[in-house]
Formats: sequence, structure tokens, C-alpha cells
Amino acid sequence: MGLALLLLIWIITLVSTYFFVAKTWWLPVGAAASAEFIDRQFALTFIIMGVVFLAAQLGLGYIVWRYRENSSSPPVSYSHGNTTLELVWTGLTAVLFIGLNLMGSSVWASQRFDAAEAGAVQVEVTGMQFAWYFRYPGPDGTYGKTSVKLMDPSAGGEAAVGLSTSDPAAKDDVVTGTMYLPVNREVDLSLRAVDVIHSFFVPNLRFKQDAVPGLNIHMHFKPTAIGEYEIACAELCGLGHYKMHGMVHVVSQDDFDKWLAAREAEKQ
Amino acid sequence: MATPATVHAHAPQGFIRKYIFSLDHKVIGIQYFFLALTAVFVGMFLSLLMRIHMIWPAAVLPLVGEIKPETYLSLLTMHGTIMVFFVLTTAPQGGFGNYFLPIQIGAPDMAFPVLNMLSFWTTFVGFIVILAAFFVTGGAPLHGWTGYPPLSALSSAGPGEQLGADLWITSIAIFCVASLMGALNFITTTLDLRAKGMTMMRMPLTVWSWFITAILGLLAFGVLLSAGILLLMDRNLGTSFYVPLVVVNGVVMGHKGGSPLLWQHLFWFFGHPEVYIAILPGMGVASQILSTFSRKPIFGYRAMVYAMLSIGFFGFMVWGHHMFMSGMSPYSAFAFSLLTMCIGVPSAIKTFNWLGTMYKGRLRFHTPMLYAIGFVSLFVSGGLSGPFLAQPILDIQLHDTYFVVGHFHLIMGVAAIFGIFAATYFWFPKMFGRMMNETWGRVHFFITLAGTYAIFMPMHYLGMAGQTRRYSQFTEVAYQQKLLPLQTFMTYAAIITIAAQFIFVINLFWSMFKGPKASDNPWECTTLEWTTATPPPHDNFGGVTPVVNHGPYEYGVPGAAKDYVMQTDPPTGSAH
Repeated sequence: MGLALLLLIWIITLVSTYFFVAKTWWLPVGAAASAEFIDRQFALTFIIMGVVFLAAQLGLGYIVWRYRENSSSPPVSYSHGNTTLELVWTGLTAVLFIGLNLMGSSVWASQRFDAAEAGAVQVEVTGMQFAWYFRYPGPDGTYGKTSVKLMDPSAGGEAAVGLSTSDPAAKDDVVTGTMYLPVNREVDLSLRAVDVIHSFFVPNLRFKQDAVPGLNIHMHFKPTAIGEYEIACAELCGLGHYKMHGMVHVVSQDDFDKWLAAREAEKQ
Repeated sequence: MATPATVHAHAPQGFIRKYIFSLDHKVIGIQYFFLALTAVFVGMFLSLLMRIHMIWPAAVLPLVGEIKPETYLSLLTMHGTIMVFFVLTTAPQGGFGNYFLPIQIGAPDMAFPVLNMLSFWTTFVGFIVILAAFFVTGGAPLHGWTGYPPLSALSSAGPGEQLGADLWITSIAIFCVASLMGALNFITTTLDLRAKGMTMMRMPLTVWSWFITAILGLLAFGVLLSAGILLLMDRNLGTSFYVPLVVVNGVVMGHKGGSPLLWQHLFWFFGHPEVYIAILPGMGVASQILSTFSRKPIFGYRAMVYAMLSIGFFGFMVWGHHMFMSGMSPYSAFAFSLLTMCIGVPSAIKTFNWLGTMYKGRLRFHTPMLYAIGFVSLFVSGGLSGPFLAQPILDIQLHDTYFVVGHFHLIMGVAAIFGIFAATYFWFPKMFGRMMNETWGRVHFFITLAGTYAIFMPMHYLGMAGQTRRYSQFTEVAYQQKLLPLQTFMTYAAIITIAAQFIFVINLFWSMFKGPKASDNPWECTTLEWTTATPPPHDNFGGVTPVVNHGPYEYGVPGAAKDYVMQTDPPTGSAH
């Protein structure tokens, strides 16, 4: 029985570890400025936890087999514990866990506590059951007013986000169903939701943030590789949650300018 | 106050007073156990339907029919709610805690037997109310077990958000009331009814775990109850605690100024302690069993007690780690994250001490021991994904993915279930007077442990790859479609593992009537429940009040006549 347990625990441990180490399934390719740091922190955490995982599980398997009771087992070592040992592993775990935690805080802070860089491209993301809309303020750099009374999701586009046609600042606003971003330029994002909570998740950009009705949440990030990236809603928002999907096209600055100009032209 | 001893001098006669509206904590414990057993099969059946739907969405199942995307969401909502409340909170605490806490401290019953009966029957009503949600117009709610408003507050936000959602909240509110009554009873009993010599530091770790769990319950369920009442008011009385100005399907709702985040704060202020409410009794049971079947004192008894106390203490200060992506102040993420990492420390101490208990012991592999070892393995595996999720910058990628689903299923789901299995195999002889079948117990264990890992370990891989949770289909997002083979593997693993649970049920009921008769102390264990008859008489100790002279885990004592010293054995001069 001891041997069977040892084998089961060891096999589970080694097979699980294999798929982590072989990276059969792993973080998707990163395409944002923060990806390098996040991925490194993930890898570091993974190595530390992996070592503890292996040590604890393989140790458990070994102890179970080694100290199984049989006719030749020595008497047990009568001990109520060891205070020094307790203090040592309490201290070690505390330093390890808290240290890991402090290491990651700078990236978190830079994306959230500081304002976006000057010259960042402004985009407003609006989530609703079950679509994402993206609004660009246009040449005037100012978003036009929106109103809940004007919202008509079935009409899509500007009507879906409730854009006020009477506001002069709204004249040059562009609303689209696909997000276009210039590469290597910071994005100053405003996140809104009109009905229930949604979550704007772009795995390749290492970006996730809930969009909450009643809140306008500001975040900034910088895409660093041209490509098309999928958006998946990450907060349960109703029966169509699984198909609340969208695309981010990260393109060159030139292509972005052309695209935006074409949208402006369409609008006129 | 009448002591329970005088109330209970004579066992009640008649079937209804004896088995239905019983005041006897042992009968109530068994009632809780069977309620949880029913609930776990309901919850497990729902998860089976979910797993089938993910892989074969067009399948038409007998009785159930075709599962639609919204039905899938109802299934996950009800699976989560039933499992968390009516299984993980009910079985370890209401079931085993009720039965064994009084006996293990040498008391004739709980401090308030009538309150005890009331808390069981209130829980029972809560269970009926939540089941009713399946059968009303619109069906069960689809807002997930966390019930985030506005989705959960607006009846037009989705199918199931009508009467089903009201029943869902009502059931939880009823459950909260029941748990508050239970918690008061557990705390009072532990503090007031301990036998002579049963000092706090001689209490078995199981008693400590039930005691701390009760304190957590007392502080947490009151908050959830209030939160639930506010949600009911938002839904039915036009208040706006949680709902700001919103537009659903082009219709402006009549709410204004509410905060969706308020619910999340209140819910998780309950929700985080709740995971410890589910797992602490499992820790107690694992400690008890590992020591008994290693024939060695528990390693670091005091450290174990302090670890549980600090887990309970920190457990109330980390709720915000569920909300890193919610839009709450990013500054508070630092505090919540740091405190969450702190809670890993006592959890690590417990693991070290369990290994230390087995080290240089003489391990006996009866079924309860197998489950306790399985518990340690799952606790380690589930626990080590915690430090990933506790870091806000890693949570950006992992929050609301299968990584989280894998994490909490291993640690608060199956680890707690392994605690329940361990407790069942361990105490069954005392509760029912017969032994369970060891061979089938072992078969059940090996399939369940391997199956559990096969289901939940791949969830971590899926989560790293960005697979979002609560998706009824993976066909709409290209990168997620590629992960379907792994989901298929998990579904097969789930079908096998669920099938294996029938081995347990058959063993349980067969042994209840046909198992070999159990002696008073079949495991050669030291705690008080093993000093009395099997099953224990109505007042637990047959008119005798036990006197405690020893600590709970005196195994392998050098120079002792046997390899264990019962807590009631005469003092030896070196008593702990």
C-alpha cells in the first residue's frame, strides 16, 4: 500500500510538472510593453512554487512509503515537534512569499497610479450585452457627450453608445466594433459598461480590466508588436458571455492614421 | 440555564422526536450529513451536465433534453452555490462538527439543543428553496455563485434572473440564519461545556478547527445576510444599493447611483472567510487522522493551533484579492496582496507539520489515512497556485480564467471533500456501529485521487493559455478553440471520477447494515469519542462524566503499556 501510494503521488507530480516545464500550454505570446516583466515574474513564481511543489509531493510520497508500518518498523520517535524548526520554516516562507509580492508591485503601479504619457492615443471602450464598442475622440481630442437615453444597442455603432449628435465635440468621434491601435504608442484607455459588468481581456496584450456600469476606469498600456489579437470577455455578463468577442488590430502609425482618416471621411 | 444533561436525562421516545425533530446532536449531525450527501450528488450531477455540454453541445440527454448556453450558466450557478453552502459548509461543520464536538470535549450535548435542531431544519428549508429555483418560470439564475449585480439585480438582464434569482438569494439568506445559529451553539459549547481537565490546549485539533470555523461563520454570515437583503430590496423594492443608472437592451432601468462594487466588497468579506470555513475542519480531521495512523503525536500541536487562529484572523483581511480587476482602488491592491501572501505562511506551517507528523512514524494505511494523505497532497497542489493569484500583476492574466477554477477546486473543493471522506471513513464505525469495507474504500480512494488531478490540474494549463471561465462554448474565440482537446480529456476524467463515487455510496449504505460490527475503539485512537460505547448512548457517556488527564495525541509514549494513552487514562506524571 505504501508503494502504491508513493507511485501514485510521484506519477501525478511528475506528469503535472512535465506539462508545465514542456510549456505544452503556456502564456500566449506577449505583445505589450508590460509583457516582458509580467512573464518574467510569472516564470520566477513558477520556478519557486515548482520547487516547493516537487519537494513537498515527492517528500510526501517518500515518507509514506519509508515509514509504513511493518514487522521490522522501529518504534516511533516520540516528539511533539521542534520550535526551532517551526520558526525556521515560518521565517523562510514569510520572506519568500512577501519578497515575491513586493517584486511585482512596480509594474502594477506604473500602469495605474501615473497618468498616460503625453501623446497617447485615446480610446474609450464600452461593453454591453454582448458587444464591445471603441470610440476615438477625433482631431479635436475631446469625446462628445453620451446619454443613456440615446442608447440603442440594436442599432449598433454610435447609437449603441448613446452619442449625442447635438454636441459639437461629438461631430468627429469615431465609433467602431473593432479596435485599431498604433504600435509602440501608449494607449490611454477609458472603460465603461452600460448594462452589467464586463471585463476587457486581451491575453496577448497582458491586459484585463473590468468595465463597470457607473464607473469610468482609466488605464494605459503600450502594444509593441503589429498583429491581430483577440478580446474575450472575462466577467460573466449573461447568456451571450461566451460570444462577447472582439479584435484588436495593432498596426503601424501610418496605417492607423489612414484607417482613422477613412473612418472620419465615412462619417462626413 | 438548564444544562443539557438534565434536559437529556432520558432519551426521547417515538420516531418523530427521536429521528426527525431530534434534539440529540448526534442525530442532528447525521441529518446534516445526509443533507450534504444529497446536495453533493445534486451538485455533482450538475457539473456532469456542464462537462457534457462543453464537449457535446448538441447532445440531447434523457430527462434533461438539450442544454442551451443560458442553461449552462444556470448549472454553474447552482453547482457553485449548492456545493459551497450545502456541501462544503454543511458536512464538515454541521455534520461531523455537530456529532463529534460535544463528545470530543466530554459534553452530553450541544449547549442549546433546540437551537441546534432549528439550525438544521432552517438549513433544510434553504436547500428546498434553492432547488425550487430550477422549477419556476425562467428557471434557475445565471449570474454565477458570486451573483455580481447589476446582472443579479435586474430581472431583464437574462433568463433565470426573475423568480429564480429571488429564490436563490432567499435560500442563501435562510442558510445564513441557520449558520449563525449553528455558530453561536458551537462557540458556546466549546467554551462552556468542556469536561474536567479538558483545557483549551488539550482539545483535539478537530475541536479547534470547528471552534475557529464557528467564529468565522459568526462574523461572515451576518455580512452576507445583510448583503443578500439589500440585493432583494434592489430587485423588488426599487432601491439602488448596487445598481447605478444602466440601460439593458435599450431600456433605461429605474435605478440610480448604486455601486456594483459594494456587493463585491460585502460578498467577498464573507466569501473569503468562507473558503476557510470549508477547509479548516478538513485540516482538523487530517491532523487527527495523520497522528492516529502514524502512531505519533501531532508535530507542533501549538503551532497548528496558532496557524489555524492566524488563518482565521488574516482570512478577514484579504477579501480584496478577489477584486484586483474590479476597478477598486489600485492602491488597496498592495495591502490585500501583501496580506494574502501572509496567509500562505500559516498554511505552509500546517503542511510542514503534517509531514513532520508522518516522519519516523509507523504508518497504517486504513482508508481514513489514505484520504488524509490525499488531503495533504491536494492542499499542497491547490495552495501553491495561490501565490500566483495573490500577485496583482499575474492576476491580470489569470483572473477569471480556468487557472482560478483549478486553484479553488483543488484547495476548497476537493481537498475539503477529501477531508469529508476521511472523516466519514474514520468516524463511520462510531456513528453506525459497523466498519466500512476497506478494499472498496481503497479502490474508491485511488480512482478519486487520480481522477481529481486529471480533472483539475489541466485547468491550470488552460488558464495560463487564457481560457476564460463561465463560457458555455469555446467556439467563438479562435485561441480558445485550440484548447478543446484538453477540455475533452477533462470531461472523460470527470465521467470516470463521478462514476467511482457510487462505490462510496454503495459501500456506505451496505456497511451501515451489513458491515462487520465495530469495537468501541477500532483505530486505537486517544480522543474521548473512542472511550464511550459504539454507537454512543443518548447522553454520550452513559451517565459518566469523563475526566481528562492527557493531551489528545499521545501515541508511541516511551514506557507506556500500550502504544497510545487515552485522554481519560490516569495521569502518569508526565501528562501534557
